[in-house]
Amino acid sequence: MTMQIADSVSLSSPEARARAHAAAARNNLRSEPRAVRIAIIALAMIFLTVFVVLPLALVFAEAFSKGILPYLSALAEPEALAAIKLTLLVAAISVSLNLVFGLVAAWAIAKFEFPGKTFLITLIDLPFSVSPVISGLVFVLLFGAQGYFGGWLRDHDIQILFAVPGIALATTFVTFPFVARALIPLMQEQGTQEEEAAISLGASGLQTFFRVTLPNIKWGVLYGVLLCNARAMGEFGAVSVVSGHIRGETNTMPLLVEILYDEYQFVAAFAIASLLAMLALITLIAKTILERQLDEGQDVNDH
Amino acid sequence: MTIEVKNLVKQFGSFKALDGVDLKVDSGELLALLGPSGSGKTTLLRIVAGLDWPDAGEVLINGEDALAQGARERHVGFVFQHYALFRHMSVFENVAFGLRVQPRAVRKDEATIRRRVKELLDLVQLDWLADRYPSQLSGGQRQRIALARALAIEPRILLLDEPFGALDAKVRKELRRWLRSLHHEINVTSIFVTHDQEEALEVANRVVVMDKGRIEQIGSPDDVYETPATAFVHGFIGESIELPVRVEGGVVRLGDRPLNLAADGLVSGASRLFVRRHDMLVGPPGSGAFEGAVRHVRNFGPVQRAEVALSGGETIEIDAPRGRELRAGDTIGLEPRRYRIFTG
Repeated sequence: MTMQIADSVSLSSPEARARAHAAAARNNLRSEPRAVRIAIIALAMIFLTVFVVLPLALVFAEAFSKGILPYLSALAEPEALAAIKLTLLVAAISVSLNLVFGLVAAWAIAKFEFPGKTFLITLIDLPFSVSPVISGLVFVLLFGAQGYFGGWLRDHDIQILFAVPGIALATTFVTFPFVARALIPLMQEQGTQEEEAAISLGASGLQTFFRVTLPNIKWGVLYGVLLCNARAMGEFGAVSVVSGHIRGETNTMPLLVEILYDEYQFVAAFAIASLLAMLALITLIAKTILERQLDEGQDVNDH
Repeated sequence: MTIEVKNLVKQFGSFKALDGVDLKVDSGELLALLGPSGSGKTTLLRIVAGLDWPDAGEVLINGEDALAQGARERHVGFVFQHYALFRHMSVFENVAFGLRVQPRAVRKDEATIRRRVKELLDLVQLDWLADRYPSQLSGGQRQRIALARALAIEPRILLLDEPFGALDAKVRKELRRWLRSLHHEINVTSIFVTHDQEEALEVANRVVVMDKGRIEQIGSPDDVYETPATAFVHGFIGESIELPVRVEGGVVRLGDRPLNLAADGLVSGASRLFVRRHDMLVGPPGSGAFEGAVRHVRNFGPVQRAEVALSGGETIEIDAPRGRELRAGDTIGLEPRRYRIFTG
C-alpha cells in the first residue's frame, strides 16, 4: 500500500519527495530487505517440496513404476478390492454416525445453556488428544475375550473385535470431533435469533430445525463430513489394534498398504496408497471450495 | 387484545432483570418500554412473547394465562433488533414462513399464501424486493421485511425489540413515523422496547419508564416529560440540570448558599434539584436563585447553549433563547422557571 502511494506521487516538489521518503521509510520498517525475504520464501518452498510434494509425487511414481497395467491389476486383486470395499463401508458407517451425533452435540452446545457444557466440549475433543492406538486398545479392553463385555458377547455369539463392528466403532471414536468441531463455532456465531423468530411464527421444533437451522449450517456440515470422511478412510492406528489383520476380511486400505509393503509388493502397496493420496487431494480441493462458501454465508443479520 | 403482567420476577444468576413488574396494556395501544440497557425492558418483552420464562409472576393475554402456552401457541408477532431474517430464504419466503409452517388442517393453499404475502409486502411498501435475499437489503428494508413477516400470522399482539436500534439516525426517524401510521392502520396492540427517549415520546401512546428491573413511571409522553415521578425519570428523559442540594427547615441550600426556592412539603435532608435546561431563565446578576459566570457559549439553531460555573462550585449547561446574546465571562443571574426536588 505505502509503496503504491510513493510510486504514484510525482517527485517534482520537495514535499512530495519528503512524503515519498517517509512512505518508503515506513515500508522499510514493516518488511525485511529483499535478500532476506527471498531467502525466507525459498526456505519455506524447499521445506514444503521435500516434506509434502516430493513424498506425494513418489507415491504416484512408485505406483506407476511398472506401467499402468500392473497398477490396474494390483487394484483388481481380490484382497485390494475387499480392502477398498471395507474402507468405504467403515467410512460410510462412521461418517453417518458422527454426522448425527455431531449435529446433536453442536446443536445442544451452541443453542442451549446447561450445566456440564464445558465438560461436554472437552469430551468432544478427547479423541483428538488421545493417541489412536490407545483409542483402539480401549475397545479391546471393552470387547476383547478378556474384556468387560467379552464373556457376554461370546455367549450371545456377537463378534465385535476383529470384525466390521469393531473397526467401525474405533473409526467412529477417532473421527468424532470433526463434524461437531466444524459446527459449534458456526452455530454459536449465528446465535438463536432465527430459531426464536421461527418459533414465534408458529414453527414446531422439527420445522425450525429442518427449515431454519439446517439450511444455515449446510456448508459447515459438508465441511465436517468431508474432513471426517478423509480421516475415517485414512485411519491406521486405532483400526490396526482392533482389526486383527485378517486378509480379505478385516484389512482396510491403510492396513493393506502396510502389509503389501512388508511383503515387498511395492507396486501394489503404492497403488493402494495412490488411491488414498488421491482422496487427500480431492478432499483439499473440496475443502477450499467449502471454505469459500462458508465465508460468503456469514453475517446477514448483524449489520 | 389486552396484555396484563402481574408481579413479574426474573433473575439471571445474581442479576435481577425484573424485580416485581406490574403492567396493563389496553387493546389497540402502542406502548413504549423505555429505559437504559440492563433495565429489564427486553426481558419483559421476551417473557410476554414466550421466548423467556419468569421465575415468578403472571402474564395474561386477553385474560388467558399465557405462561401455560409456549411461544408457538401464543400467536405473538415479534420483531428483533437485528431483524433475524432467515438468511437463506428470499424476502418472499421470509414473509411466507409463518403461513407455510401452519398445521396442515388450517394451512392456506399456495394461491392464498401468495396473495397474502403480496398484500403484506405492499403494506410495508417493498413488493419490488420479493425475490431478493436479506443480505441484499439495507437495514431499514430488512426491518420492514421483519415486520411484514411478523404480521403474516395475523398476530394477536405485536412486540418490537429495539426495532430501530441498529439503523442510522435518518432512517430511524423515517421508520418511526412510518411505524406510527402503520399502527394506526392495523391497530394491533403493540409494545416496543427502546432506549431512545425521543423515539418513545414520538411514537407511543403511553410510555413505561424502567430502571433496574422496576417500573419507575407509566404515563402519556407528556406526563413523563412534564411531571416526572422520580429523580430517575427526570434525569433520564429530557436534558436536565441536576444539582445536589440540602433541604433544612423549609430552606433549600446549594452548598452553604440558601436558594430562594419554595420548599413546601419537602422532607429535610440531602436532596436533588432538577431543572430542564431551557427552564433556566437568564437575568442580570443577583436577579435569580442562582448566580454564575458564563464559561463558553455554542449556538444550536434557535438556542444558545452556555456552560455556566455557579458560585456554589457546580458547573451546569443551560439552553437560553437567542434574544439576549451571552458571552464568555458574563456574570448572570439564573432563575428556574420550573423545577423539581426529589429527596435522596
